[in-house]
Amino acid sequence: MLSTATIEVENLMKRYGDVEALRGVSFTVNEGEVFGLLGPNGAGKTSTVEILEGMRTPDSGRVRVCGLDPQSSGVEFKNVIGASLQSTALPDKMRVREALDLFGSFYPRRRGTPELLKRFGLEEKRNAFYSQLSGGQKQRLALAMAIVNEPRVIFLDEPTAGLDPQVRREIYDVIEELKKEKKTILLTTHYIEEAERLCDRVAIVDHGKVIALGTPRELKERSGAVTRITVRLAQPENNGALSNLEGVTECRTESDDYLLYSTRVPRTIVALVKHLEEQNNELVSLEISAPSLEDIFLELTGRRLRD
Amino acid sequence: MRHTWALTMSRMRLAIRNRAFLFFSLIMPIAFLFIYVGIYGKDNRQTMPYLLAEVMALTVMGSFWGLSVQLVTFREQGILRRFRITPVGASAMLASSLLSNYFLTLPTIFIEFFLARWVFHMTGLGNLAGVFVMVTAGTISFASLGLIVASVTNTMQETQIINQIIWFVFLFLSGATLPLPMLPKFVQAFSLYLPATYLVSGLQRAMMDSAGPASLGAEMISMVGCALIAFLISAQLFRWDAEAKAPRRAKLWAISAIIPFLLLGAWETANGRLRSHALNDFKSISQPSSTEPREH
Repeated sequence: MLSTATIEVENLMKRYGDVEALRGVSFTVNEGEVFGLLGPNGAGKTSTVEILEGMRTPDSGRVRVCGLDPQSSGVEFKNVIGASLQSTALPDKMRVREALDLFGSFYPRRRGTPELLKRFGLEEKRNAFYSQLSGGQKQRLALAMAIVNEPRVIFLDEPTAGLDPQVRREIYDVIEELKKEKKTILLTTHYIEEAERLCDRVAIVDHGKVIALGTPRELKERSGAVTRITVRLAQPENNGALSNLEGVTECRTESDDYLLYSTRVPRTIVALVKHLEEQNNELVSLEISAPSLEDIFLELTGRRLRD
Repeated sequence: MRHTWALTMSRMRLAIRNRAFLFFSLIMPIAFLFIYVGIYGKDNRQTMPYLLAEVMALTVMGSFWGLSVQLVTFREQGILRRFRITPVGASAMLASSLLSNYFLTLPTIFIEFFLARWVFHMTGLGNLAGVFVMVTAGTISFASLGLIVASVTNTMQETQIINQIIWFVFLFLSGATLPLPMLPKFVQAFSLYLPATYLVSGLQRAMMDSAGPASLGAEMISMVGCALIAFLISAQLFRWDAEAKAPRRAKLWAISAIIPFLLLGAWETANGRLRSHALNDFKSISQPSSTEPREH
């Protein structure tokens, strides 16, 4: 199975001084797949990606990208990958079109600058200096540069970090376009929404290890995470009484809402309605939230992603 | 080579848009020319070739400062990281630094020459081939020293401190500002081990004595030798990432770039050729009777 994968990572280890950044990370990414590394800051996502990009050397383990060793394959390897790095920049006085022209000139195969400008909505900014671009425009340029060589594999390290929600959604649209082109994409993120929306498969990473791996649906089904029912009542209720409703494993109060965590949602709702009738109380609103990857992360680590 | 050329063109464009670059590489050297002429050459036109040689030497020496600062800035801002994932290698990046710096230095030298000849009425043009090879070898050599500084320093603060020290030594102990014969004997002895001294001396000989490339062999070979060693060491020590720190041994490697000048310095100490030329040139501008630069 390993030999058919576009990206193969086996038992990757990396240490920085006393800190063990990677403690045996293994996964594979198939051709045309969008694969997400999801985890909090410091989980080891960037170290993994930078080893895959050939920017860092692992202490041990095996890595192959398109069958090539990033450490020793040189130009052949660099011609097949594209990347948007987490912390990078361009010179302030470099124009948008110049950046695309320059980076395109490094490769034997390249996409034309006008095509990239159009596709990434940068036509109006073609003559703008890098320093004049907004955060979203800089990120769109980074993505355009990542595909300037028509790469087989694209690495996107936190492509929407620090962007406001609207710009983030614009970037999602761009990545979904790349997904339609059947590009193999590995992206790192600590945004649940991003992983759920964009990724075919997700590896949840924590403390340098992959602690869960699968499609977002598989991970939810596999997890024992419970469904959250958020209810607002006409009159205050006793938490203890709500905790005893059928299927409820936990009840919390959050401002005026009661959060009921249930393993048997229909039965909990029936029991809740009966209980309210008995108490002469009324239901003002009710919302059911299926477990998210955030819930799964919480269940696996006892921490939230942003903790 | 294709990558080197693309990077060279890009870096030239960036430099031209940079006001600090224009100030330090164009305006300041020309201002130096006006100041030198104002102070030393007002009533003595025959000093012009001598002063022009000093100003050209300052222009060429400035290469090391600008390049080291630019590379460290690129590294600190994460700009070099982006190039690392492309097929561009360290050698192409370094070579583009040297070439762009060289092509941008030439217009300043040309303007200085133009001003000296047609505004300050300098008589004679010296040996243009000699000037050209000294400017070429000097620019590449001093820019390579800048690459070495960028290779062995980890932060901009460190770079600036080292640059200040080196610049001070080059500026005041090489004959670029104070003529070598005016310096105390022990300083003259020390100056024979400085690259800047050979640059100033070579340019003064090309301007004052019409020395051609053939008679500037020692200066040229030491400059080219220094450039080659410095380039190879820089390519070995090149760091794309600000996180990657220069190892201590890097600083020792860097010192080997001045080996050509240590050898040349030892030879000059025994032989006394450079100091004798410097003294003759200085005397010739101090004697108002002479109106034309001496032929070698």
